Amino acid sequence: MYEDVMKKRGEIVKRAVGVDYSKFEIEGVAFDYEKMMKEAAYSLDEIREIQFETQVGNTPLVELKNLTKLVRKYSPSGKGARIFLKDEAANPAGSFKDRRASVSVYHAKKKRYKGVIAATSGNYGAAVASQAAKRGLRCIVVQETFDSHHVGQPEILEKGRACEAYGAEVVQLTVGPELFYYTLKLLDETGYFDASLYTPFGIAGIETLGYEVAMQMKEREGKFPDVVLVTHAGGGNVTGTARGLRLAGANETKVVGVSVDLRGLHMASDRDFNRKSFTTGHTGFGIPFATFPDRVDVPRNAARALRYLDRYVLVTQGEVFFTTEALAQVEGMMRGPAGNTSLTAALAIAREMDEDQIIVVQETEYTGAGKLPSAQLTFAKKMGVMVKNGDPIEEDKPGEVIAIPESVEQVAVIEYPIEKLRKSYFKEIVKIYGKREYSDVEMKFMSEDTHTTFEDVKANLKEVLELW
Amino acid sequence: MAKRGDWVKVHSIVLKAEERSSHLPEDTKKVPLEMWINGFLTEDAKLGENVEITTLSGRMVKGTLVEVNPRYTHDFGEPIPELLRIGPNLKRILEED
Repeated sequence: MYEDVMKKRGEIVKRAVGVDYSKFEIEGVAFDYEKMMKEAAYSLDEIREIQFETQVGNTPLVELKNLTKLVRKYSPSGKGARIFLKDEAANPAGSFKDRRASVSVYHAKKKRYKGVIAATSGNYGAAVASQAAKRGLRCIVVQETFDSHHVGQPEILEKGRACEAYGAEVVQLTVGPELFYYTLKLLDETGYFDASLYTPFGIAGIETLGYEVAMQMKEREGKFPDVVLVTHAGGGNVTGTARGLRLAGANETKVVGVSVDLRGLHMASDRDFNRKSFTTGHTGFGIPFATFPDRVDVPRNAARALRYLDRYVLVTQGEVFFTTEALAQVEGMMRGPAGNTSLTAALAIAREMDEDQIIVVQETEYTGAGKLPSAQLTFAKKMGVMVKNGDPIEEDKPGEVIAIPESVEQVAVIEYPIEKLRKSYFKEIVKIYGKREYSDVEMKFMSEDTHTTFEDVKANLKEVLELW
Repeated sequence: MAKRGDWVKVHSIVLKAEERSSHLPEDTKKVPLEMWINGFLTEDAKLGENVEITTLSGRMVKGTLVEVNPRYTHDFGEPIPELLRIGPNLKRILEED
């Protein structure tokens, strides 16, 4: 049963996404990424129009003056960059995911699909459900919700409620990657459009976010931001935002990816599932998706973070809860914790930067029952995770200890070297393609895919192959 | 007793433990892949019976009837002592100027 459906995978996805990926293949490892983005999706102007129709985007960019002031208390003289926040919670379903959903759902409608299906436990489900409601399409959202004792992750239960509120059917499953098997079965049964997170539609939809950040800042301060912080999971947020910044001409702006550190927890483990307080934006997605983007439900992933990341840092769960509390208490903005992952890093990174420099944190998400620090920490305690005040880096132990800082001074980031991600990328390539020889065309592709030189690719491959 | 047209939750096993993907951690391998879906009941039935529902997308789905008018169980949680002092502390620092 399982194997039968998986064998039909290519055929089902081709019909359900409506993109002939073979057109973009070059040879072996290499495919024409830019051609795929250009031909399969829509232009920035078209997307702005699509999103305007369904109330997506043009969210406010606000300066966090009180948080900046607090950061400066702990910065060396002349340091402490200004922190701005793009309030993406103002989108109809409450997160930047509406941007991704808007283009997929528009395309599904245009191509006369009757409905859309998304496999996601995140905000993307509500986004697709909301956009489907606006465009009059049916919607099914498939979620990984429970462990084997039928205990639901509160953040995911809330997202399921939101999907139902927008009129979507919600399929709730226990832990396991076979969620994609069941999604394929549903796509086959219904003939609906596959609103995968990783199609060119899903990524192009985020380009408007990077574009708006650049243009709003330029209009307000007369210059582009120095640094944009992006929560990094599957790579879409980083890729789309960075591409949008470039489309606006913000070529000098540094793009920093931020993930919650959940290293040590297994993403497909029944036990670990309910011992994490963050269900997205964490290292369980961030690292594997950066190092091998094509591990997704479509033949080629349009989200390719290594092309765009200038720096990658990790923050701990306790730090994000602290920051979420701080944002509510001193800036008067109550937003969901997962959406504050990159804001958390801003509190640390601003201290390294000059006072006249600008950091933009490019998202927030809605909050409510299930996805509040109080809801998630109550649940964490119930699952046996120790919640305490303390050093958020030293004492943090994913799945066992959440250490919540008491001062902005204690909020720090853990550097995850891009070079380490690159090395893993080459290891994955050799493992997946299982060959020793790579053509110049393939190596040129890898140099673009990892944002490094042709010579570096050669050296990295040589190193991996020596051990292989 | 649930009536035809009631909003209910059904449960089913999608894959038995032995039918699951071979790439799973040990703990997940031992348990089945289970599923819950809400919808409108097509015929009167009792809890525990096999029933059919019409889902919000209009699909007909079979499963075991486990709940009538299923409740959303997540909530706002309890006040967290480890978070409560953050606000007052930060405000005090800001007021120092």
